[in-house]
Amino acid sequence: MIIDTYVIPLLKILIVLNATLVGVTFMVLLERKVIAWVQVRLGPMRVGPYGILQPIADAVKLLLKEDITPARADKWVFTAAPIIVMVPALITFAVIPFGPAVRLFGRDVPLYITDINVGLLYIVSVASIGVYGIILGGWASNSKYPLLASLRASAQLISYEVAVTMTLVSLIMTAGTLSMVKIVESQYMAGVWYAFVQPVAFVVFFIGALAETNRAPFDMAEAEQELTGGFHTEYSGMRFALFFLAEYANMIVISSVSTTLFLGGWLRPFPNVAALSFLDFVPAWIWFLLKTFAFLYVFLWVRATLPRYRYDQLMRLGWKVLIPIAIANIIVTGIVKVAL
Amino acid sequence: MGVGPHEKVKMEATTPRPAFDTEELVINMGPQHPSTHGVLRVVLRLDGEKVVDSDVIIGYLHRGIEKLSENRNWTQIILLTDRMDYIAAATSNVGYCQTVEKLMALEVPRRAQYIRTALCELQRIASHCLWLGTHAMDIGAMTVFLYAFRERELILDLFEEYCGARLTYNSMRIGGLPLDIPSGWDKKVLAFCDIQMQKVDEYEELLTNNRIWLERTRDIGVISARDATAIGLSGPALRGSGVPRDIRKDEPYAAYSEMKFDVPIGTRGDTYDRYLVRLEEFRQSVRIIRQAIEGLPEGPIIGKVPRLIKPPAGETYHAIESPKGEIGFFIVSDGKSTNPYRFRVRPPSFCNLQALSRLIKGHLVADVVALIGSIDIVLGEVDR
Repeated sequence: MIIDTYVIPLLKILIVLNATLVGVTFMVLLERKVIAWVQVRLGPMRVGPYGILQPIADAVKLLLKEDITPARADKWVFTAAPIIVMVPALITFAVIPFGPAVRLFGRDVPLYITDINVGLLYIVSVASIGVYGIILGGWASNSKYPLLASLRASAQLISYEVAVTMTLVSLIMTAGTLSMVKIVESQYMAGVWYAFVQPVAFVVFFIGALAETNRAPFDMAEAEQELTGGFHTEYSGMRFALFFLAEYANMIVISSVSTTLFLGGWLRPFPNVAALSFLDFVPAWIWFLLKTFAFLYVFLWVRATLPRYRYDQLMRLGWKVLIPIAIANIIVTGIVKVAL
Repeated sequence: MGVGPHEKVKMEATTPRPAFDTEELVINMGPQHPSTHGVLRVVLRLDGEKVVDSDVIIGYLHRGIEKLSENRNWTQIILLTDRMDYIAAATSNVGYCQTVEKLMALEVPRRAQYIRTALCELQRIASHCLWLGTHAMDIGAMTVFLYAFRERELILDLFEEYCGARLTYNSMRIGGLPLDIPSGWDKKVLAFCDIQMQKVDEYEELLTNNRIWLERTRDIGVISARDATAIGLSGPALRGSGVPRDIRKDEPYAAYSEMKFDVPIGTRGDTYDRYLVRLEEFRQSVRIIRQAIEGLPEGPIIGKVPRLIKPPAGETYHAIESPKGEIGFFIVSDGKSTNPYRFRVRPPSFCNLQALSRLIKGHLVADVVALIGSIDIVLGEVDR
């Protein structure tokens, strides 16, 4: 009894949290490597073979750096901002299903921390807390460039939140549930990934996801060329690292969410084609990781290829293109639902 | 303009507009800023993110090259010209040497003229590579930066093989060249030309029809042909506005009169046109290099130059087309001493920079860095 209610969930939280943090640090390495390969160079090569120990060196460096609070900064808000950014990114993992139940030591252990019936709503609401950290961080620094950046960030995140949530509405209409686990199961029932059922929602969601995670080509808030680093200009040491890690954690979150919603989560390709059942020998969570990784790779690929949008163009794209498309998609989904 | 770097800049925000309690934000961009291409300082007055007014402040890299030159002999000045536009040092060398040759009425052998032409055009490609890389980087396309630097590296290798230096070449002498080309060098240059032609297509693939690139550069920083001429723009910044002014064509020097090439011009005078003009110049430069190397005449590389260079009393101005525009040298010789009486440079970067304040007005902060990149300045030349 105690084992089921306390020990197993706590162990799962511990594993997921640690896996995420380690994953995030190696995500940084992956980004540097992938972009380096795109740009015909090698990337980090010094620490460990092929530079794979670079994240550890980075972490040590950031921990040992002086932690500076600008004299005229708002001390409490300045300290709180990175935490506000980091925590939502981590707690989102609570509802992400990495796989169905597996038998471990004679127990059925589901590969997710919890399955609440409003899982998707939970993700959407928690994910939007993170932007407060960015706004507060830029504001509390009492510096002009971070201020501009945090204003950009707030405008950007609010407008893209709307588009992303709209696409989720049409997805929920298709799936008929808000539970992340049930959404995957309904894709199994339907026998098709929702990316093929809702292609428009998928594309809009992905573009919105790029903007929501502050990634290129929508990385206006940190635009190092214009705003010299943006909202985290005044941060140093581990507090800067928290902002940095949160960005990557958010990328992993949004990739996991996209995988769950649109690419069938832990399901193998063509889940209902019996001829492909030999693919079942690959554990479900490996499929999940592979798909998430594919998303992350696209994130990096886009960053290496595209120039950056300007702030007003980004807003125009959000309000005048993505949101109308998302709304139209809801209407079409509704009509199809009723007609069938 | 006109404010020294250490004078306090008075740009207080104007009175707040009635009805709203809003203020304009004065923001200092540079001299330590990743996108001001050196130590340029721009003080911006912003309304939101829109630039209401700006003040461009220069002088952080002033080394007194003009005054210094008046205390050096005529040959020593060549290496000072290296340090002005250090991105295209060979071009400055040629410009200076030709000015002295003009004053002394020296004959430069044809072989030297051809090699000078080839070096100038290689330098133009190297300079445009650096411009393209940093310009694209400012707009957020970071991969182009490394691609362009890859090709620039090849040119630097060629220069290293020719004269041993990679940045400040000191590669010209009054009356000709100090060195003939090493054996096999011409083949390497031709091989480079083939590579460069392919790579220009590669840059174009990444940028020219990219929607984001178009949105970021189309109609940004438009300057009409009339205004551009009035401000004194030169080089690609002027040709982007549709003025077909190119000293290589209009007043040919070195071996340009024997070369076949086109002068690309823009139509709208915006950032995108200036980008297209420079990309086409890559191709035209390759064309010129091929002609110069293939048609390289035999003969001496330096003319009959007196041991002691002492131009007759008089003054002269001579300008050539550097990658950034018209680089001109005005020199006065008193005919008695071995150093110039007066030495003055007309640097294209400095004159082109005059347009910046006008270009960025009304645009957003993000466009400011795009426009600094678009006019292609090098601060070593602006401040001298």
